Amino acid sequence: MQKNAYFNGLTIPLMLLLPQLAITVVFFYWPASQALWQSFLLEDAFGTSTEFVWFENYQALFSDPGYLKAFINTLIFSSFVCVLSLSVALLFAVMADRAIRGAEIYKTLLIWPYAVAPAVAGVLWLFMFDPSLGMLARGLQRLGIAWNPRLNGNDAMLLVILAATWKQISYNFLFFLAGLQSIPKSVIEAAVIDGARPMRRFWTIVFPLLSPTTFFLLVVNIVYVFFDTFGIIDTITGGGPSGATETLVYKVFSDGKGGSNLGGSAAQSVVLLVMVIAMTAVQFKFIERRVSY
Amino acid sequence: MVEDRRLGDLIAYIILSIGVLIVAFPVWLTFVASTWDAATIINGQLPLYPGPKLFENYYRILFVGTSGTTREPVLGMMLNSFIMAMAIAIGKIFISVLSAYAIVYYRFPFRMTAFWIIFVTLMLPVEVRIFPTFKVVSDLNMLDTYQGLAVPLIASATGTLLFRQFFMTIPDELLEASRIDGAGPFKFFKDTVVPLSITTIAALFVIQFIYGWNQYLWPLLVTTKDSMQTIVIAIKKMIVTSDALTEWQLAMATAMLAMLPPVLVVVLMQRLFVKGLVETEK
Repeated sequence: MQKNAYFNGLTIPLMLLLPQLAITVVFFYWPASQALWQSFLLEDAFGTSTEFVWFENYQALFSDPGYLKAFINTLIFSSFVCVLSLSVALLFAVMADRAIRGAEIYKTLLIWPYAVAPAVAGVLWLFMFDPSLGMLARGLQRLGIAWNPRLNGNDAMLLVILAATWKQISYNFLFFLAGLQSIPKSVIEAAVIDGARPMRRFWTIVFPLLSPTTFFLLVVNIVYVFFDTFGIIDTITGGGPSGATETLVYKVFSDGKGGSNLGGSAAQSVVLLVMVIAMTAVQFKFIERRVSY
Repeated sequence: MVEDRRLGDLIAYIILSIGVLIVAFPVWLTFVASTWDAATIINGQLPLYPGPKLFENYYRILFVGTSGTTREPVLGMMLNSFIMAMAIAIGKIFISVLSAYAIVYYRFPFRMTAFWIIFVTLMLPVEVRIFPTFKVVSDLNMLDTYQGLAVPLIASATGTLLFRQFFMTIPDELLEASRIDGAGPFKFFKDTVVPLSITTIAALFVIQFIYGWNQYLWPLLVTTKDSMQTIVIAIKKMIVTSDALTEWQLAMATAMLAMLPPVLVVVLMQRLFVKGLVETEK
């Protein structure tokens, strides 16, 4: 992948690369290597001495029930958010793809939650479902459902799932709509002539053709749920009640806060890093494969 | 078409309207809450229509602040958010357009090495290396500064990749033609590459502005002074765990103000935003 027309020289391209490389080295590679280094160190409670302890932090991590719990929380949280936001967004996109009047207006009305900060989205949903003053929480209580996300871990999890899904639908909707609109109309028309009903057309033709988009969105959504939902969790539950909504990224933050357990927090960062690299690798393998479609 | 189109269209309208309702309801409720007084909200008697305190609440939150002793008015925080978002957007465009130009239009030793050094940063969001990055910023005395808020968030490859992709589509003939006219690398960059990239630049600007405005964890860590706070963090700080102390009407007004700029940007620049999004991610 390179141009046939290009410039030669070394000084100018290095000067052009310098700002980006400098920022990357200082604010990316330096802290990332510090995280790696720190994950092998054990600091005593007063921060006066540190000791190189090899994999002790990792051992402690994997034998910590709290970490296992955060892992399971993350699994539950991300699968629900992915499945919910993808399926709802697909439904909306299929509807908006019909040549109905006003489709553009609907599109505009559906995409703007993308611009809402996750932390703000969290506050919005907290307000609706706050057990004492939330309008929807009162509705639930009137129906006889005991609802209290402050005390009940499942309620809290449900609330962060809903808020994170709400925030992500617009993004998935955009990509599904773009995917649907790139499917040639002639393919659909041929199926209509063959007498295929709408549902059958969707599952046998449209959905398989959308599978690259779906897979791409799945990877992006997992990364979103891992990292971008920090603000949602922090504003709605702060990881509670008693760790019920603490995800892996949230734990990196809460364990390292105030410098209390920097080694453990760094070890968690490294584990997350490996997970993200694995996901990115899968995505790239997939994209490469898709190019040859 | 064989089947009844009207029925299908009707279903589409109904489902899309439900979708809009789901998307809009939390925001409507927030807006309504920001126009009533505290007592109405605390009693759980909030109606579904706006109340009489719209101007009073927004005036108080913008220029006076909440009742808590250390709370700053939100106007200054909006300015902080704006400066941070602009610095991230402009800074990112600046460094990535230059580095992409070097990588695409030059051949020099270590070209691919440089590309990979930048590319790897895609994989590790700031949330993961948060404390070490905080330490670097603190060692550089950049806590409570706009540089500290913005520069560490610029260090990722998305912009470089986007520009690289776009530059690859510029035909080689343009460079040859511009050479015949006697143009060097700087003239070619200024007169050909940048003008052709205007839409890409604008799209990246929209996305990065929203990214910067919506930051939460990073500003939470690197700002200690109230005067350096961004509006997104302010909301969380207004919600106190005990209901009686939270001035919900003001917190909700702040939420509205925090949403307004990025939502406006998305709605007004929809086409550019969609273009930039689809191209960055794919």
